[in-house]
Amino acid sequence: ADSGDSRSGARMRHVEHLGGWLLQNEADLFAARQQMALSLGWHIVIACFGVGFPLLVLIAEWRWIRTGDDIYRLLAHRWSKALAVLFAVGAVTGTILSFEFGILWPVFMERFGEVIGLPFALEGFAFFIEAIFLGIYLYSWDRLPPRVHLLTGVPVVLGGLASAWFVVTANAWMNQPTGFVLEGDEVVSVDPWAAMLNPATPPETTHMIVAAYMVTGFGVAAVYAWGILRGRRGRYHLIGFSLPFALAAILTPIQIGVGDWAARFLADYQPAKLAAIEGLYETQPRAPLTIGGILIDGEIRYGLKIPAGLSLLAEHDPDAVIMGLDQVPEDQHPPVGVVRTAFQIMVAIGMGLLVLSIWFAVAWWRHRRPPRARWFYRAAVAAGFAAAVAVEAGWITTEVGRQPWIVWEVMRVSEAVTDAPNIRYGYYGLLAFYPVLTVATVYVLRRVGSVPLPESEDVRGEDPRLREVRQ
Amino acid sequence: MTSADTLMGITWAGMTAYVILGGADFGGGFWDLAAGGTRRGADQRRLIERVIGPVWEANHVWLIFVIVVLWTAFPAVFAAVFSTMYLPLTGAAVGIILRGAGFAFRKSVEELPLQRLFGVTFATSSILTPFLLGTVAGGIASGRVPLGNATGDLIHSWVNPTSILGGTMAVVVCAYLAAVFLTADAARYSTPRLVEAFRIRALGAAAVAGALALAGIAVLRKDAPTLYQGLTGGAAWLVLLSVIAGVAAVVFLVLRRFWPARVASVLAVMSILWGWAVAQYPYMLAGQITIQEAAAHPATLDAMLVSLTVGAILLVPSMVLLFVMFQRTAPGDGAGDDVTPQLPADLDRPPA
Ligand code: HDD
Ligand code: HEM
Ligand code: HEM
Repeated sequence: ADSGDSRSGARMRHVEHLGGWLLQNEADLFAARQQMALSLGWHIVIACFGVGFPLLVLIAEWRWIRTGDDIYRLLAHRWSKALAVLFAVGAVTGTILSFEFGILWPVFMERFGEVIGLPFALEGFAFFIEAIFLGIYLYSWDRLPPRVHLLTGVPVVLGGLASAWFVVTANAWMNQPTGFVLEGDEVVSVDPWAAMLNPATPPETTHMIVAAYMVTGFGVAAVYAWGILRGRRGRYHLIGFSLPFALAAILTPIQIGVGDWAARFLADYQPAKLAAIEGLYETQPRAPLTIGGILIDGEIRYGLKIPAGLSLLAEHDPDAVIMGLDQVPEDQHPPVGVVRTAFQIMVAIGMGLLVLSIWFAVAWWRHRRPPRARWFYRAAVAAGFAAAVAVEAGWITTEVGRQPWIVWEVMRVSEAVTDAPNIRYGYYGLLAFYPVLTVATVYVLRRVGSVPLPESEDVRGEDPRLREVRQ
Repeated sequence: MTSADTLMGITWAGMTAYVILGGADFGGGFWDLAAGGTRRGADQRRLIERVIGPVWEANHVWLIFVIVVLWTAFPAVFAAVFSTMYLPLTGAAVGIILRGAGFAFRKSVEELPLQRLFGVTFATSSILTPFLLGTVAGGIASGRVPLGNATGDLIHSWVNPTSILGGTMAVVVCAYLAAVFLTADAARYSTPRLVEAFRIRALGAAAVAGALALAGIAVLRKDAPTLYQGLTGGAAWLVLLSVIAGVAAVVFLVLRRFWPARVASVLAVMSILWGWAVAQYPYMLAGQITIQEAAAHPATLDAMLVSLTVGAILLVPSMVLLFVMFQRTAPGDGAGDDVTPQLPADLDRPPA
């Protein structure tokens, strides 16, 4: 027998002789999943800024070149310093992810690395382009003529977009594995292009990219909303708030549309995930949409039920039959509580952001200025955090909703995990490490933000459009 | 030459780029740590910061490149190495985070104690990371990574004579490359004191690297006989080339011919890396699996070759632009020994 067989033989003996072994193994599997989730969940927030921030910086710089208004240059230049920090942290926290694919999920990578590797390789080039031109952009403010400098930022924006697109196609493939033929445990033929362009790719990539711009827009605007709440009334804060907020506000209704697309996609392609998202146990026509409520003994109680709501949303037909979890073998149910809660949080935040966006749009349309109510700015500060929470919640929906599969209906997470013992200690270490990294990152960003501003009318003075924000 | 060989060649070229470009950046951290007290080391630190600031992220991507090409084109080997080597690789991953974050953070804060804290983080992780990656290389080179899911010895695969040699060698090579590069950079900024400082360091590092290589012969002979045979057999000419280039680099340093010294030092390191590859060929994991056997299906290999070609067409001119822009600063720009920060402080000037 080869070493693999003798190993599994050894494992069987372990199971017989040491009752605790299985439990330990469970703990390691759990730790592996948590570690992946922690590192991804951390990276994704920063990565959103890596995708979105360059666009914001370029818009500001472009406005400066167009209007000659130095306030835009000031903003672009200050933002680019924060971008430099975020980009560096994004790059290195992304690296640990690629290590973890091998460290934690060697069986998955051994079997399917050749199927999903292509987008990662292409992403590598996108990273190169991004990193190279960001280096040029950040270090050549005073070396290049303004228009040329602006131009060197364009590949950064495109590289960010491309890298987000490529990496999400890999995740989409885990949800809709296509482009390979499996015989037993062996991949016997591969079409990596088909794998990359799997059916889940269009909705997932679109939803993620829009999310990245939203996180950036609301996140940056939140900083200036905070300043306005603390009594800043200058043009600097007016524009620093309005520009990113407007970008995010325009995208919010679009994102809700895309989210609806993502949900309808699930109805057709991953009905078990949709059933978990909606807490729908029974297959039925005129399936209700349940909002809120809690999961007790496999039933959603105390929720607000909208008759036929789910059928309407998912199929645009009130009589459509929606599959419930009763059609899915028990051992393939995703954890409904987590998935459903995460989904509801995302949608609630999406709706809240929509309200805020409309408020802003109405004020701007009627008065050419942002709203005056203090509440608006309080909400805008919250929106900065909420957008990031929505992204986390969305990913929890997607990833946990895929359970128990690492590759949908092809490979279970428990099959994919490493045989190395005690990996949970690595997870505990990272659990201590990431909070420190978070604190340091936030601290440094605050330092970057508190570099004194020039003493000018634009900064210190009062702009009429902000003057009346109530104290 | 098969497509598997071609892809392995490309992977190894990426590895070479990482060792040289990324290695020199790590070495910058080494000299940062060795620069001495806050005031005394300030010039050196500023030069290091200025030189690696614009390029380290792009240089770091070479590592990502190698990893993703490896897992796509040779998935079984990727899985075997990363699962067996999970301890040093987890350490290296954390080291990479600390290095990058420490460097970026230090530049962004003003307070001295914080600059020191982030600076020490940056510098120590710049030593730890190449060391750990070197131990992994040593484990692979000495045939200690079996195929399969974490089937190797989780400790001794990277704690063994060849790994220790690999780790130490990695740190020394990084320091050596960085010192040679920084000498040339200091000359470019016409900062004579720094030129001298780094020239001495480069010569010192070269001596240590040479001594270590000699000791390494004995270690490999006992601990990694297959590799040793390859290095003294089919790959002997590359080893010889490395020796000649190494000596030439020293001569050029003594003669203060910094650009030729740079080229020679790169050649010395490159030929050792390729010597290892040639010595092991056609095996990917010594004695277990050849490049051909480890390769993915032809459709994947073809897709990779197409993508890498298209990617290279975009990448090469961009890379050249980056290096040309930051290597062609007019002399005198650095104003004596005081290397001024890149961004003029008055950029945040009040709008007119
Ligand atoms: C700013 C962030 C944000 C906002 C406001 C929303 N989403 Fe979202 N959502 C994401 C950010 C996000 C995400 C983090 O980007 C996810 C995770 C994976 C993905 O493709 O996008 C996601 C996933 C995701 C999925 C799972 C897709 C899958 O597993 O394939 C569904 C069904 C929705 N979303 C639906 C919605 C709906 C109906 C929204 C209406 C309010 C909504 N999302 C708002
Ligand atoms: C392109 C991107 C992604 C890929 C390829 C990917 C891949 C994986 C893998 C391999 C696992 C472990 C197996 C499993 O438990 O399902 C996992 C788990 C997980 N990932 Fe993702 N992931 C991606 C994006 C994300 C992002 C951005 C998040 C952000 C929050 C995320 C959240 C999670 C969570 C929460 C788990 C744990 C699932 C559980 O514990 O049940 N994923 N992902
Ligand atoms: C949906 C999920 C993800 C998105 C949108 C995303 C996006 C990005 C972006 C835009 C960057 C570069 C910009 C920056 O650093 O700020 C980045 C860096 C990186 N990401 Fe992610 N990422 C995601 C998940 C992943 C996953 C699953 C991996 C694992 C392979 C990964 C690996 C990396 C690596 C290696 C880097 C560093 C590259 C560099 O040096 O520029 N990312 N990510």
